[in-house]
Amino acid sequence: MITVEGISKTFLVAKREPGLKHAVKSLFHREYTAVEALQDISFLIAPGEIVGYIGPNGAGKSTTIKVMSGILVPDRGSCTIKGFTPWLDRVNYVKHIGVVFGQRSQLWWDVPVIDSFELLRDIYNVPQAEYKKTLTLLVETLDLGSIMNTPVRQLSLGQRMRCEIAASLLHSPSILFLDEPTIGLDAVSKIAVRHFIKEINKEKGVTVILTTHDMNDIEALADRILLIGKGTLLYDGSVSGLRSRFGTRRTITADYHENTKPLEIPGASLLSWTPERAIISVDTEQVMISEAITSLSSQVELLDVTIDTQPIEDIIVQMYKEYEI
Amino acid sequence: MMKAYLSVFRLRINMGLQYRAAALAGIATQFFFGFMFVMIFQAFYAHSVSTPPMTLAAVITYTWLKQAFLAFIMLWFRDNELFGLITSGNIAYEMCRPSDIYGLWYAKLLATRLSSALLRCFPILLITLILPRPYRLELPADLLTFVLFIAVLLVGLLMIVAISMLIYISVFVTMSPSGSIMLFAIFGEFLSGLIIPVPLMPGWMQHIVNALPFHWTADFPFRVFTGDLSKSEALVGLAAQAAWLIGLVALGKILMNKALRRVVVQGG
Repeated sequence: MITVEGISKTFLVAKREPGLKHAVKSLFHREYTAVEALQDISFLIAPGEIVGYIGPNGAGKSTTIKVMSGILVPDRGSCTIKGFTPWLDRVNYVKHIGVVFGQRSQLWWDVPVIDSFELLRDIYNVPQAEYKKTLTLLVETLDLGSIMNTPVRQLSLGQRMRCEIAASLLHSPSILFLDEPTIGLDAVSKIAVRHFIKEINKEKGVTVILTTHDMNDIEALADRILLIGKGTLLYDGSVSGLRSRFGTRRTITADYHENTKPLEIPGASLLSWTPERAIISVDTEQVMISEAITSLSSQVELLDVTIDTQPIEDIIVQMYKEYEI
Repeated sequence: MMKAYLSVFRLRINMGLQYRAAALAGIATQFFFGFMFVMIFQAFYAHSVSTPPMTLAAVITYTWLKQAFLAFIMLWFRDNELFGLITSGNIAYEMCRPSDIYGLWYAKLLATRLSSALLRCFPILLITLILPRPYRLELPADLLTFVLFIAVLLVGLLMIVAISMLIYISVFVTMSPSGSIMLFAIFGEFLSGLIIPVPLMPGWMQHIVNALPFHWTADFPFRVFTGDLSKSEALVGLAAQAAWLIGLVALGKILMNKALRRVVVQGG
């Protein structure tokens, strides 16, 4: 349903050395640096998918979202979503999508939330009955009941973000673009937002594309991730695929009866060691977990063992390193 | 489509009518400047050697109308929210809406000016109507003139919004609201006859002023009111205003679409 093919976008960024001399000089002659925000990005997304779009700052995530939502015109490449080319048929296309930019606001600052919602109802021309139904559902699931009549400027960030998400769904779009929807939110709000995204995806089959820096968002939500760095697509696959490719390390924490003899486990490295406890990192490609534990139990009298998989956060850092992005 | 514009219009009017303190302060300022202008003109007229083409009473009425309807005629009247949308990149959201951005912004700007004028014009008009002569605002000779005045004032308002849309569009290029406003406001204000009424300008300057759209927004309606222009002149002027309005809106839409095609959404 979403086809992106060979999208490229270059921005010209005015550059200027610091200082008054260069400021004056730039009045007459400007120098620009071309920044390739996107280079030949291609992917397909099926209806009903939740796709996590990740990459370091400045990788081109937001640019891709903007191209897909019809805001930016790419230099090259094609993009077809629900049969539309977003930037060519913007007005007809955008009825089908909802967009949340976590760092921006679409609500009118000085008026109660409900006023902004009603304005959106009129802009999208949503029939009153349908609007009421959607609104009731959104107010319930996002817990907005008590803040609907509060001016936006008096809302907390978490409350505002929930309202922003609701605002993007008033016209029941079938595709939802979320650009950092959990930025700056506390744990409770984050979980509420994630839960909600999961729910509309399941219940209404809304396709969700989200960018985030919070890997917990990805783990909780995305079936599939796209990794972008320096404007190119580096990985396209499942989260578990990512784990098996990059997250082959396990951490074993072992408690045992006092033992002063240093431990030695083939194929594993010792992260920390005390006479009662050792933390060991094992690469499962070199040595099996069971072998490591067998070796461990032959050397000490084990009391307790925990095995942790590598946090996804670390895997991403490792990937960024590997791809040098 | 119309429903969306109306909705924006309504919301903005509601919002604008909240700012009562600002309106009070505005009224006081407008009285102050009104009296200043009136006194300057009095001094000019007292020492004039030739007979000026406009009577003092007409000039004073002109001045009070200008002060009362300031929100209808001033080019520097700014909507910081719209500027913010462009320079901060929040325009991203506007662009995800299934409506024509020109129309939405036009409705918003129109509502801002209307709500501001609604709060301010009545107190100023009421008080200046009962001021002692020669400071008084003199009513038009007949009802038809008044009706014509209302008509040309409103079309003038539509024109000024169309002109100010060009200021907002220019910000896409300059990224500097105050620069764009300065440029338009300084020339526009003079060319609208807001510093001195057009009939009092030297002949060669009147030719320039008449070739441009600005004077249709202020000088023309006020002179219809004072009776300086005849009813037939008013009707011809109304047609000219309508033609300018269509041209300005068309130009604005073309430039807006161009600007949006190459927009760079600021700030990530």
